Amino acid sequence: MSIIADTRPAETAPARAVDPRLKVTGRRVLRSEWAKLWSLRSTWITLGLGLLFLLAFGTIAAFRYKSMLNSGQPMDPDFADATTYTLALFGVPFSLIALGVLGVLTASGEYTTGMIRSTLAAVPRRLPVLWSKAAVYGVLAFVTAAAGALIGFLISNGVLSGTAISMSLSDGGVLRGLLGVGVYLGLVGVIGVALGTLLRSTAGGISALVGAFMLVPLLMSLLPKSWRTDITPYLPSNAGESIYSLHHAAGTLSSGAGLLVLLGWTALALGGAAYRLIRSDA
Amino acid sequence: MIEARQLTKRYGDKTAVDGVDFTVRPGAVTGFLGPNGAGKSTTMRMIIGLDAPTSGTVTVNGRRYARHAAPLHEVGALLEARSIHPGRSAFDHLMALAYTHGITRARVTEVIALTGLESVARKRAGAFSLGMGQRLGIAAALLGDPQTIMLDEPVNGLDPEGVRWIRNLLTGLAAEGRTVFVSSHLMSEMALVADHLIIVGRGRVLADTTVGELVRQAGGDTVVVAAADPAALRRVLAGPGVTITGQPGSEQLSVTGLSARAIGLTAAEHGLALFELTPKSVSLEEAFMDLTKESVEYHSATTTARAA
Repeated sequence: MSIIADTRPAETAPARAVDPRLKVTGRRVLRSEWAKLWSLRSTWITLGLGLLFLLAFGTIAAFRYKSMLNSGQPMDPDFADATTYTLALFGVPFSLIALGVLGVLTASGEYTTGMIRSTLAAVPRRLPVLWSKAAVYGVLAFVTAAAGALIGFLISNGVLSGTAISMSLSDGGVLRGLLGVGVYLGLVGVIGVALGTLLRSTAGGISALVGAFMLVPLLMSLLPKSWRTDITPYLPSNAGESIYSLHHAAGTLSSGAGLLVLLGWTALALGGAAYRLIRSDA
Repeated sequence: MIEARQLTKRYGDKTAVDGVDFTVRPGAVTGFLGPNGAGKSTTMRMIIGLDAPTSGTVTVNGRRYARHAAPLHEVGALLEARSIHPGRSAFDHLMALAYTHGITRARVTEVIALTGLESVARKRAGAFSLGMGQRLGIAAALLGDPQTIMLDEPVNGLDPEGVRWIRNLLTGLAAEGRTVFVSSHLMSEMALVADHLIIVGRGRVLADTTVGELVRQAGGDTVVVAAADPAALRRVLAGPGVTITGQPGSEQLSVTGLSARAIGLTAAEHGLALFELTPKSVSLEEAFMDLTKESVEYHSATTTARAA
């Protein structure tokens, strides 16, 4: 019989135990992205602009409508079909640019300044950074736009009270539509974050954003008519407008379908951003 | 502890890091030395996963950096390029990094004090001088109380006071048992702080050695002595560990392994007259230049081009 002696030295204690409280978690990365967003002046300025555009342009449109109505002159054709709702949301495209640009900046700014090296050294798995940025900023853009649309509607409605087109918040679909503005611009914010991460450049990201939401719709008129009617409703801008429009004309998507299409575009942009983030050296 | 095994990085057809093997051990300052373009920064970026190796591996405390639960607690890194948003204050920058790991506000305040940034912590980092920026980078590196500290060219742009501060910091961290890995292209700087040296050129490891060993290999400390009777002097100086060289017919000898004082005393004891007794130590700078001469990326012209 043999005795097997364990001659290995006792396991030496690790030089230093890892502090179990220090650990990267999803919630902590969210917290970090939240802090990053609010510690830059550009966030306050651009969010303020996004809100201001919604409030100011809607109010101006309402006053303009009312003055034309009171003057007794024939109504400007641009305003012929106007409702309180459409006048109040006159500023949406402008707010879209402000909120989209800020989305691009939160991501591209990391690359142009070199901050991304610190960020990815802290979170080397990388993807949580993208998800957190998109979530934090998407929610913020949603809240800003929804609040702007709601307050803008109330102001415009005050201006137009007593006119034939006066509406109320309780009118069918109004409240849901105003929330829809928030959803639309929230998703635009997420697309902005994705474009900034994908292109790693502020100029590139903003160009892509403006191209997708402003220029591509204009190019549609170059297409043969049959194609145009098939494609146009599925563009990000048209799908987005479908989300909050109260009257769905023929050839436009319903609110639900518009939301699904825009979600599809958002997922595509995020997918591209995730791929680049994982595959490319920082 | 950092271990690189056959670590390689190619950009197109240019090989920045070429099959590098090395181990950086705890409890010592390891200098990472090489001319510009030798692949030092690329290697450091691969260590913390900013760049993916083309082939080979590099691990920190036995695992790839990204696989650690608390990466900032494993390695604190200062990279050569600025890694801050200029619009954010130093405090907010550190806080944003701290949040990812659940590091406390108290620790952020602590590293700000440690790096002497209290008075500017609330100012926008974009307005910082080079030295302040460097201190902020070091504060970020120390934030997670890391076992390994890795600094890329930390003394670049620092004033003499800052340089001395870094030296003391590095030796202090090593004395606490941490792994300290510092790159530089200046041998003179490394000689003052590094215990161990990894010398690279053109993406390859040229030497993995200590400061003392490098000097010895490069010729060590030599004493030049001239005597009326060099042959007799040779006989009395000869001994274990002593090397004597000289040209036939010349009065001059080069002696290594004995101090000038010992040579003078021995000569006097034997009544030998000396005309010259000059200690010549090989500078580390020369030893380094010798080693990397072949691999300097950009040679500067030493002759003035003649106008055609």
